[in-house]
Amino acid sequence: MKFQVRLAVGCAALALAACGPKDAAIPGDATPGLPGVLSAEGDFGSTLQLALIEAKPGDTIRLPEGIFMLDTGLSLDVDGVTVLGAGQDKTILDFSGQTGAGEGLLVTADDVTLMAFAIRDTRGDGIKSKGSDRITYRDLTVDWPGEPDEENGAYGVYPVESEDVLIENVTVRGASDAGIYVGQSHNIIVRNSIAEYNVAGIEIENSTNADVYGNVARDNAGGILVFDLPDLPMVGGHSTRIFNNQIVHNNTRNFAPVGNIVAGVPSGTGVIVLANRNVHVFDNDFADNRTAHVLLTAYGEPFTDARYNPLPRDIVVRNNRWTGGGEDPQGDLTAVAQALGGTLPAIVTDGVTKWPGAEAARVNIVVDEDPAVGFLNLGVGAYPLDPATLAPSTDRPRGLAVAEPGAVKLPQDAGAE
Amino acid sequence: MKQFACLAAALVLLAACGARGGEAARSPGPDLSVVLAETPAPTLADYGFFKDAAAEKPADGVVAYDLINPLFSDHALKHRFVFVPQGRTAAYSDTAAMDFPVGTALIKTFAFAPDLRTPEVGQYKVETRVLIRKEDGWAAFPYAWNAAGTVATYAPTGGTRKVSVTTAAGASLVIDYAIPNKNQCKTCHQDGEAVLPIGPKARNLNHDGPAGVNQLVDWRARGMLDGLPGHPPVAPAIHDVRLPVADRARAYLDINCGHCHKATGSASNSGLWLDSGETSPVHIGVGKHPTAAGRGAGDSLYVIAPGAPDQSIMVYRMASTEPGVAMPELGRTVVDEDGVALVREWIASMDAAELP
Repeated sequence: MKFQVRLAVGCAALALAACGPKDAAIPGDATPGLPGVLSAEGDFGSTLQLALIEAKPGDTIRLPEGIFMLDTGLSLDVDGVTVLGAGQDKTILDFSGQTGAGEGLLVTADDVTLMAFAIRDTRGDGIKSKGSDRITYRDLTVDWPGEPDEENGAYGVYPVESEDVLIENVTVRGASDAGIYVGQSHNIIVRNSIAEYNVAGIEIENSTNADVYGNVARDNAGGILVFDLPDLPMVGGHSTRIFNNQIVHNNTRNFAPVGNIVAGVPSGTGVIVLANRNVHVFDNDFADNRTAHVLLTAYGEPFTDARYNPLPRDIVVRNNRWTGGGEDPQGDLTAVAQALGGTLPAIVTDGVTKWPGAEAARVNIVVDEDPAVGFLNLGVGAYPLDPATLAPSTDRPRGLAVAEPGAVKLPQDAGAE
Repeated sequence: MKQFACLAAALVLLAACGARGGEAARSPGPDLSVVLAETPAPTLADYGFFKDAAAEKPADGVVAYDLINPLFSDHALKHRFVFVPQGRTAAYSDTAAMDFPVGTALIKTFAFAPDLRTPEVGQYKVETRVLIRKEDGWAAFPYAWNAAGTVATYAPTGGTRKVSVTTAAGASLVIDYAIPNKNQCKTCHQDGEAVLPIGPKARNLNHDGPAGVNQLVDWRARGMLDGLPGHPPVAPAIHDVRLPVADRARAYLDINCGHCHKATGSASNSGLWLDSGETSPVHIGVGKHPTAAGRGAGDSLYVIAPGAPDQSIMVYRMASTEPGVAMPELGRTVVDEDGVALVREWIASMDAAELP
C-alpha cells in the first residue's frame, strides 16, 4: 500500500512537471475561462452524453466529483474537445450496471484530451478511441475491481487506427486482455503509467514508432508486449523502444478467454516481442517474472496474409537490470523448461527463422548485457514445433548493430520534457 | 450547454413557424429550409414529411420504400420513406448506396405491435430516425414518439422503452428497446470520413416495394434516380429457402454486419469484413483468429470454424445479449433467432478442410 501511495504522489509530481503550459495541473472551480461543471443532479448519463453530443470544437466538458452509475456506453465525436474530471480518484464513472454498447467511452474524433477521471467495471473495453489522431489520455484510471476475472472487459484504454497517441499517468487494473493497448497506430507514447493485474500490462500491436517508458508493469500475466498479427488492415509493426520501465512480478495467472492471442502468454513473462521489427528493450528494471524476463518469439499459427512476416527481427536487449525470475516457467514453456532443468534464463527466444513457404531468414537479435545475464535459444527453427528437431543453445547470437529509432515526438506534447 | 440547446431549438421553432405562418398554414410538402437548417427540428412534424401528425400519410414527394432484407432491430416493424427534393436526382450506384442529392431525407419509423403475427393490430411507433443529406454530407437525427403516438421529439441522447411483444414466431418477449443516440447513429453509418445511408443500395431495393412496383424503376419514373442500368444486382432474400444457404447467410451478414465490418467501417480494425462484396475467406472469418474480441471470443479460436458452428465466435456473439459480447453492439438487445439459425446452418455446411 505504501508503495502505491508513493507512486501516486510521484505520478502527480510528474504530471505537474511534464505537462505542457495549458495543462499544468487539474484546474479548480475558480479557474477563469473554463465552463461550469456538469450538474450531478438527475440522470447524469444523459446529461453527460448530451454534453458530448452538443460540444463544439475547443470546448471543455467538466465532470463533477462523485461516483456515477451509468447503464450504457458514452461516445464523443467532436474534434478538439477536452473531457476533464475532478481527478482520477474523484470522478468515477461506474458501468457495473451496463446494459448497452461495447465500451464505457468511445471517442471517434481528433484532438481530444481525456483527463482526470476514472472508468470502472465496463462490460467490454474501458475507453476506446478509433481513428482519433492526436488523442491524449492523461491522469485516468480504468479498473475492474476484485480478483482477476475472465468476465472483465478486454482492454482498459484502447486507441486504434490513430496517429499521434499520448498516454500518460494512466492506471489500468484488471483487464482480461491488455490494460493499455495501442493497435494499428503510428507515433505513440505510453509513459509514467501503471498497468497491474491485467493479462497483458501494456501492448503495442501492429503499430509503428512507439516509445514506452517510465511505466510500472507489475502483477500482470505478461508485462509489456510488442506484437504483430496477420490479417489486420495494418500489418508490419516496427520501431518500438521500451525503456526505463519497472517490469516486475508479472506472475498473475493468465485469465484471458482462450481464443485471444494473449491467452497464449505464459504467466510470469516480463516483455514479449512477437513478429515485430526494430524493437529496443533497454534500461528497464526486470524482477521476479517467474517464466522469463524477455521472450522473443515468432507467430506460431498458420496464416495466409502475404504482407505478413511472423518473425521477430532486429531486436536489441541492452543495459537492463535483472533480479530473480525464470524459476517457475508457465504455459507452453513449462515442458520446455523441464527438459532443460526446470528453469529459464532472463532472455529466451524460440529461435524460429522460417515459416512454411519462405526461405530461412536472419532474424538479427542483439543481446548487449553483462555475461552473467542468461540467454536461451530454444532452436525451434520453424513452426509447427517438432520436438525431434529442437536444438536449444545458450550461445548468444552475434547480432549486427541496429540503429535505434529516434524519440517519438507528438504535436500535443510540444513543450513537454 | 443545455440552456443553449433549448434556446437554439426555440429559435428554430420560431423561425419555422414564421416561415409557415403558423399551424393553420402547414405546408403540404417537406420544407427544405427546415430539412437543411443547421439545427435539427424540434419535432418530426416540423419537416413536413407527412400529411398527418402520426407520420403515416407521406406528403407529396415523399415515397415509401422497403428493403429485400431488413436489418434486425429487436423485431421492430419498420416504415421507410425517402424524400428527394423536386428537380434533383440521385445517381445510381451498383454497389454503394445511391448518391442522393443535397436535401434528401431518409425517414425510418420503428414500431411494434403487441402480437407481431398480426402487426396491423394495435401497432404503435417508438422512434423515427431521420438521415438528411446536408450541404456538407449526411447527418442523422433520432426522434422519439410520445406514448399517444402524436408527437415525435428530437432525442439526441436516444432513450430506452420497455416493449412487450409476441414475436412472429410466437415467442413472448419483454424488450428493453434502445433508441440510439446521435453518435450511435453515426457509428453504424460511418464510411471512412463520411456518413452514408446503409439500406438504399441497388441490391436491397431491387424488388417490388410497398406500391407493388419495382422500386428502382419507380424511382427513375418519378425522376428521383438517374443512371439505372438494365440489370441492377439483387440481394438473395434471406428467408427464401429455395436459395443456397451460403447466399442467404452472406446476404444476412451484409445487411446486419457489413456496414461496420468493412474496410471503411466502424469495425475496420477487426479485419473481419462482412459486406457482400468481400471474397477473401479469412476476412469473412473462415479460420480467422479474433483480434480484439476479449471475452467476446468465448472459448473459441476462430470467427468461423468451418463445419463447427458451436466453435465459431460469430455464432457465439450473435447468440449473446451480453454487452461486450453481443454483436451487433448496437441496435439489438434480444437475439435474432432466425439469423443465428441461418448462420449456423451455413457454417455447418462448410468443409472443415477450409481452415487455412
